[in-house]
Amino acid sequence: MDELLNILKQNARTSLEDIAKMLRSTPVDVAAKIEGYEKAGTIRGYRTLINEDHIPDDDVTAVIQVKVQPERDGGFDRIARKISDFPEVINMHLMSGKYDLLLFVRGKNLREVAFFVSEELATIDGVMSTGTHFMLKTYKEDGVLMVGDKPDKRLQVCP
Amino acid sequence: MSGKSRVAAHVKALPFSGIRKFFDIVSSRKDVISLGVGEPDFDAPRTVRDVAVDSLERGETHYTSNRGDPDLRKSVARYIERQFGASYDWDTEVLITVGVSEAIDIALRTIINPGDEVLYHEPCFVSYRPSITMAGGVPICVETRAEDQFRLTRAMLEKAVTPKTTVLMLNFPCNPTGAVLSRADVEDISDFCVKHDLLLLTDEIYAELTYESKHVSFASIPGMKERTIFLHGLSKAWAMTGFRIGYACAAPEISENMMKLHQYAIMSAPTTGQRAAAEALDHGDEAVADMVAEYNRRRNYLISAFEEMGIPCHTPAGAFYAFPYIGDLGLSAEEFAMRFLEAHNVAVVPGDAFGTCGAGFLRCAYATSMDNIREAMKRMAEFVADLRAEAK
Repeated sequence: MDELLNILKQNARTSLEDIAKMLRSTPVDVAAKIEGYEKAGTIRGYRTLINEDHIPDDDVTAVIQVKVQPERDGGFDRIARKISDFPEVINMHLMSGKYDLLLFVRGKNLREVAFFVSEELATIDGVMSTGTHFMLKTYKEDGVLMVGDKPDKRLQVCP
Repeated sequence: MSGKSRVAAHVKALPFSGIRKFFDIVSSRKDVISLGVGEPDFDAPRTVRDVAVDSLERGETHYTSNRGDPDLRKSVARYIERQFGASYDWDTEVLITVGVSEAIDIALRTIINPGDEVLYHEPCFVSYRPSITMAGGVPICVETRAEDQFRLTRAMLEKAVTPKTTVLMLNFPCNPTGAVLSRADVEDISDFCVKHDLLLLTDEIYAELTYESKHVSFASIPGMKERTIFLHGLSKAWAMTGFRIGYACAAPEISENMMKLHQYAIMSAPTTGQRAAAEALDHGDEAVADMVAEYNRRRNYLISAFEEMGIPCHTPAGAFYAFPYIGDLGLSAEEFAMRFLEAHNVAVVPGDAFGTCGAGFLRCAYATSMDNIREAMKRMAEFVADLRAEAK
């Protein structure tokens, strides 16, 4: 992967000046490259990683496995687009294995998620079965530890 | 006991490491951002740790053979062939040691007769000169310079060699300068060794950590194997400092005599570490590549930051150290390091801890997070600006 994308993946707030230093480039060139990636759709957006345990609300996230009937022309794409249109669906992936789609669904509470599964998702033409699991705690997300910092236990000066 | 010291005179005469005093001062402070750590900030790769844990759970808590576990020695031979194009017999020419530190010690004690002169270059790792002295040799320092990117050239060596010289000791990529040698340098120096019939002790512990061209090992140069002791280990590129595993590769006569010293003092290198090392060498390429990419980002950041501050710094092409020159700011390196620590709580190591020709330089290790590097450079820029204002 392009080094620039690696840097932004690690921290999307890295300043143009800092990126330029890391790449031995200039802020102007870095900005131009980022704009190119945005226009091409390679960079789709920038998000902030929030530790939900610090937010005083009752939102729940469920991981839902979905078995679907693939279609003759288009495979899984049509049904995947339909399901991904739901605002409750925050992540969706096509998977190998026993089920076909893996969804991350967020709702205000358990009941809301359950309603989504039974009334919205399961009723879609082509959805054959679902399996719902509720997330209890996030330890790590996108490579970032959410629980506790890792102290540096090395000697502070060594040859 | 009487008041008389019972410590052997030759040990008493050895100086303490130049880093030690600075270490004591830094350790007494809280929340220091340290650019003084000469070991990776990464943990050893997960699969390596898993193999180590698995080995312990299987009860592998006993000695291995003195030379080292055969599977590890085979892995070492395969790795060196693959990575450097150098061929060693795993059974008679590879010795597993407790880090490269032990390998340096026993190599020097194996090949030095009392009074032999040993050429080595400074600035260098703190143990080289004392190790030569402890082995009964006479250390002859060749000073490397920023204008040569701290490379060692044949011309410099030719000026220093005498009829008493028997060994040339090298470390490239270099701690503390980050210097590397080109293929032409390696071939030239090899030719020098052949011409003067010298043994070559080459510490290549940072071989994988190069950023502008692939490392050329002395072990790969045709005709050098019979006179070369090639040292390498797992501490830096695989972030396995605590496992204490290194190795020495040399022709059978030298290897088996090094083994004598090793078996009497050590028995065998840590068994758990040896198991983990084999996993690292066989399957650790991707983890190493990821770490090298991250070190390179940090290196680039440091170089750019020094340029912005107007601090001269040769481009370090290897290891994880930058060696900028602050001598024009009116302070010695030690004064700079102390005042910078006091004022901004950032630790850098004075360059003369690595040899007198390091005076005026600092060693800045980029084996720390980008956040730490960013903050340290911001504080250094403020400090340097203050020093320049003072000088007006």
